[in-house]
Amino acid sequence: MITVVLFYVFAALAVASALVVVGQRNPVYSAFGLIVTLCSMAAIFGLLGSPFIAALQVVVYAGAIMVLFLFVLMLLGVKSEDRTSGSTLKAVATALALALGLEMGVVLLGAVRPPTAPFDASTRAVAQVLFSPPYLYAFEATSILILAALVGSIVLARRDA
Amino acid sequence: MTLSPVQQELAIAVVKVLVLFNALLGLFSVMTWAERRLLAFMQFRLGPNRTGPVGILQPVADGIKLFFKEELIPAGANKWVFVAAPALAIFTAFLSIAVVPYGGTVTLPRGGLFAFLPDWLEGREIQLQIADLDVGLLFIFAISSLGVYGIVLAGWAAGNKYTLLGGLRSSAQMFSYELALGLSWVGVILLAGSFRIGDIVSAQAGGFWHWNFVQQVVGFAVYLVAATAEVNRTPFDLPEAETELVAGFHTEYSSMRFALLQMAEYVNMITVAAVGANLFFGGWLSPVPFLPDSPLWFFAKMFAALFFFIWLRGTLPRLRYDQLMAFGWKVLVPLATLNILVTAAVVAFRPFAR
Repeated sequence: MITVVLFYVFAALAVASALVVVGQRNPVYSAFGLIVTLCSMAAIFGLLGSPFIAALQVVVYAGAIMVLFLFVLMLLGVKSEDRTSGSTLKAVATALALALGLEMGVVLLGAVRPPTAPFDASTRAVAQVLFSPPYLYAFEATSILILAALVGSIVLARRDA
Repeated sequence: MTLSPVQQELAIAVVKVLVLFNALLGLFSVMTWAERRLLAFMQFRLGPNRTGPVGILQPVADGIKLFFKEELIPAGANKWVFVAAPALAIFTAFLSIAVVPYGGTVTLPRGGLFAFLPDWLEGREIQLQIADLDVGLLFIFAISSLGVYGIVLAGWAAGNKYTLLGGLRSSAQMFSYELALGLSWVGVILLAGSFRIGDIVSAQAGGFWHWNFVQQVVGFAVYLVAATAEVNRTPFDLPEAETELVAGFHTEYSSMRFALLQMAEYVNMITVAAVGANLFFGGWLSPVPFLPDSPLWFFAKMFAALFFFIWLRGTLPRLRYDQLMAFGWKVLVPLATLNILVTAAVVAFRPFAR
């Protein structure tokens, strides 16, 4: 009972703050909205019985990545976005968004709810799945990719040195 | 009055939260006084000694003064964020200490002096911790990574270049040292095989030579430095370097909002001291086998750590900003990573050694 109530609270919070992200013209407010969205997602992960994923969600996305976003926003000193009036891009974006919304509606309405099998989402279980084939290869490949991106960005940023 | 088991748990939790909250508020005000007195003694001064016996009422006087000060919001400030930032800082500070245990369990006595207790409380085991999370350490890590926002937003919202610089500095600093802080925990986690702080403490049972600061001496050293930087204490108090930035991110704050920011800083310091006592000094375990384990040991260790922070402030000069960043990324992070590698190897090969 309490879990269901909490789920709806955090789900509503996630959707509302996601609307703030796209609707706000002040980029710092948008970033703030994204932080709230990510934290609500973390809460939902926690409700699903995986505190580990919840904590990682907050540490990596809400904590680390969004700090860098804010950092850039503050250094650039962006006050608010410019309002564009009736560009062709706007029309295309609206059409695409409508199509996507329609598609989502069709899928959601037609979806058959699968029976929820009990699953183990504890730290140990997540680690075991992540560090054994087949996910192990994807996991290692991702980490090498991130390392390459890291080295690449340092090389690009320090070309003068 | 009869309460259902859920209501009983809830009642106990609420009492624990209230007790801890008020204890922290009290500890914060005592810390402000103790810090000024101890620093003064270290510098051959007297410090605040006029208000009450040995100046112990100084925090009360400070509190009254702050309450009656004018609450300023600069004209160029972003009003909402300016008001929200100190609240965010204090919220994250108090939230992370909820998972820190300060003792094992106590059993409430029956009858006698405690006859006033309701029946369901008599002889009940109470855990000396608000929330015993499976991922306790990760939770602290997550919340402390959110704690950066309080400072960053405080600096940005005031609309002042000094506060902005202070806020940016602190976000870069906390971000860098958070990494080293988290990595320094991994060795301890590997040895205990759990994220739960209670498990990590029990894994150190058997006398002070089993405590983690012996086996994890590198991890402990990294934790000490990273934790000092994480709570913006000297020699890492660059976010509020008064010679360069007036007072850093809290320059424009006055009255109770200033007090809230200060409080967040001290509560964070208390959290770091409590976590350090639990992870590296065996928490509530007694140092020698013939003395009983008790929360008193935990408090002794925590206060020793707090004294250490004050001592540090009285001893070391502030670092330069580039030194700080270079030290964090080029010394602490590699050192912590090396520590993880060695610890992981030892843990992995230990079964084969016998």
